[in-house]
Amino acid sequence: MTVRLIRSIVGLALTSAILSVIMYRLKSPLAAVFELSVCSGLISVIFVTTVSFTQRISKENLHIRRRERLLRFWYLPVILVVTGLLLAQYLLFPQFVLPMLEPIKELDVRSVLWNSRHLDLLGQVVMLLAGALGVVVLFKESKK
Amino acid sequence: MSQYTMHLFGFFSIFIILLFITGLYCMLLSFNLIRVVIGFEISIKAATLLIILIGYICGRSALAQSIVITLIVIEIVVMVVAGGVALWAFRHNKTIDPRKLTNLKG
Amino acid sequence: MLSLFILLPLLLLFVLNLPIEFVRKSSFWLACVLLLAQVLLVLMHSIFAWSAYPDILRSFFVFNLSVDNLTLVMLLAIGIVALVSLIVALCTIIEERQRFHFINLLLICVIGMNTIVLVRDIFSLYVFIEVTSVASFILISLERNKAAIEGTFKYLILSAIATIFMLSAIAFFLLAAGDLSFASIHSAFYNQENNFTLKIATSLFLCGLFIKSGVVPFHGWLPDAYSAAPACVSVLLAGIVTKVAGVYALLRLFGSVFVLTPALQSIILFAGAFSIVLAALAALTQDDFKRMLAYSSISQIGYIVLALGCGTPLAFAGAIFHFFNHAIFKSLLFVNSAALEKQFGSTDMNKLAGAGSKIPVTSFTSLIGLLSTAGIPPLSGFWSKLIIIIALFSSGRFVYAGIALLASILTLAYFLSFERRVFFSKSEPALENTGKVPFGLRFSEIALSIITAVAGMVFVFLHTNWILPLRGIFW
Repeated sequence: MTVRLIRSIVGLALTSAILSVIMYRLKSPLAAVFELSVCSGLISVIFVTTVSFTQRISKENLHIRRRERLLRFWYLPVILVVTGLLLAQYLLFPQFVLPMLEPIKELDVRSVLWNSRHLDLLGQVVMLLAGALGVVVLFKESKK
Repeated sequence: MSQYTMHLFGFFSIFIILLFITGLYCMLLSFNLIRVVIGFEISIKAATLLIILIGYICGRSALAQSIVITLIVIEIVVMVVAGGVALWAFRHNKTIDPRKLTNLKG
Repeated sequence: MLSLFILLPLLLLFVLNLPIEFVRKSSFWLACVLLLAQVLLVLMHSIFAWSAYPDILRSFFVFNLSVDNLTLVMLLAIGIVALVSLIVALCTIIEERQRFHFINLLLICVIGMNTIVLVRDIFSLYVFIEVTSVASFILISLERNKAAIEGTFKYLILSAIATIFMLSAIAFFLLAAGDLSFASIHSAFYNQENNFTLKIATSLFLCGLFIKSGVVPFHGWLPDAYSAAPACVSVLLAGIVTKVAGVYALLRLFGSVFVLTPALQSIILFAGAFSIVLAALAALTQDDFKRMLAYSSISQIGYIVLALGCGTPLAFAGAIFHFFNHAIFKSLLFVNSAALEKQFGSTDMNKLAGAGSKIPVTSFTSLIGLLSTAGIPPLSGFWSKLIIIIALFSSGRFVYAGIALLASILTLAYFLSFERRVFFSKSEPALENTGKVPFGLRFSEIALSIITAVAGMVFVFLHTNWILPLRGIFW
């Protein structure tokens, strides 16, 4: 079980790396760097640490066949088809689509972030404090 | 919108929806609480890509990048808290199977 | 001046975590003083208009905050319920260390909620909704018992799905409007009506907010989370966190920013009516007191959503008044459950038969709370439900008005059955006291029931000064 879990974590890190490259091609270099360093690096480290605290589950669960598992959730491909239809509307009928906004003379990301979105920065600070408190509350061993 | 941006948007949105459905499958179908968290991460990446794509189309890429940076911080904190709950469930129940969490009924 | 609502609790949080022994011991009193200051500031707003003062730190930080009547009502409700929750925590959490963690997390919740009601930008709204949700995940799992794991995890998964919907909606708003403040989104709605992008964005955001508020059919996490949480956290969650993070966002966005098309109105009306009826029916069959109160919360939130879907300014004012009343009487009922748990050690209604003579204060105040929920005059719940039903009648939706009226009878039914089983039947010989109800719990119960009763009796005075001006916020 642990091998399959490590495979999932490596898959997540690879997805982050690919996404980072896509973001760089879409002219967003700062977000790409952030995504690469944080999501590919830090998250994988955190996940591997967490997994190392747990043990492998018992063998009985591996006997459940894959097809039974997938059949329970038949509605997810239905959602896929419905969203595909919605998107087709968007693409086939261009009068639904908004006129393109004028690209404004672009300010730098740094000036937008630090000058006009102060509340988001405060939100990040408070979020990190909440995360620190969560680690203190949740990760403590209960003294029985 | 020009033809080029329409095609770009269409191509990327198929990818985004695939990512989102994969993440949703992972969240709902897995037998391991940690894989549920991985599924959530994948879905958030789909939303991140959508924001960056729209920022590129509209010319507002600075605003989109600020949003994505804040979003990554939020995502990490939620993931750490979810991992903490999963670990605590393991220590209490000796199992990390979400199907076994069926104490409360009604 | 307005950023003090956010920065003062943050400062208190830093001060409380300094390694000074005296500060740790008096952490409860410092937090009490801060929350009392918030309540008093709001009440004094008509006398001393502090919202007109410019920001103290405006050379360092520029926060786009503004206050109107809806914000004032929310700030008052946040202050009162957080104060009550703090007093309940003092009485029910025995370990010093756990109480200190609770006070820290409560301060983070208060920072998050104050910012949610003050902010005028849709992405900042989302960020602080997430902050409040993360703090409430940690709060539910404060006492590490078995049931809390399941409650927290269900809440986590559904909140994650809501997050994804809201983020996709924010991306589409960026496409439509170019900037994410309320003013630009509002003007985007007015410039291009009936646009497909805006329709997708509005419905995605609506789904996300319905999950966060606990409207049927997305309510799966709510009964588990409310009943598994410790007593003080249940008061906080039911009284204010779910409502500010979910229902306030619905009221603000669908009232003043988005344009309510008739299709959207019928969806919201249907969801509201469905919530009221389904949750009332589910509450009839419950055995555990806290789960019954959780279903009752879903039902009352259905009333607020029904009033929002009605689409007239009077219904909007009725929804806000019902929001405030629900914060007060639901917290009262959860404090009663904390008192029952403290004295008898369980919240299972089958085991608690005949407790009325042993806890007189709790049984009397729970009677006031339930009468207010069911809408009996002259308590405040009656007036808010009356406004909602009158607004529904005057806009021609007779079926929904009839459903709202009939659901009051259902509410009365399940609450009276609870009262009969727990408080007014013959005392079981097996029922033993495991503790006494502390003074703090009795004090907060009496205070909350006084607020409910007074708000009902001075309604005529409130009507012209506080409630009618709320109509102006709608569009």
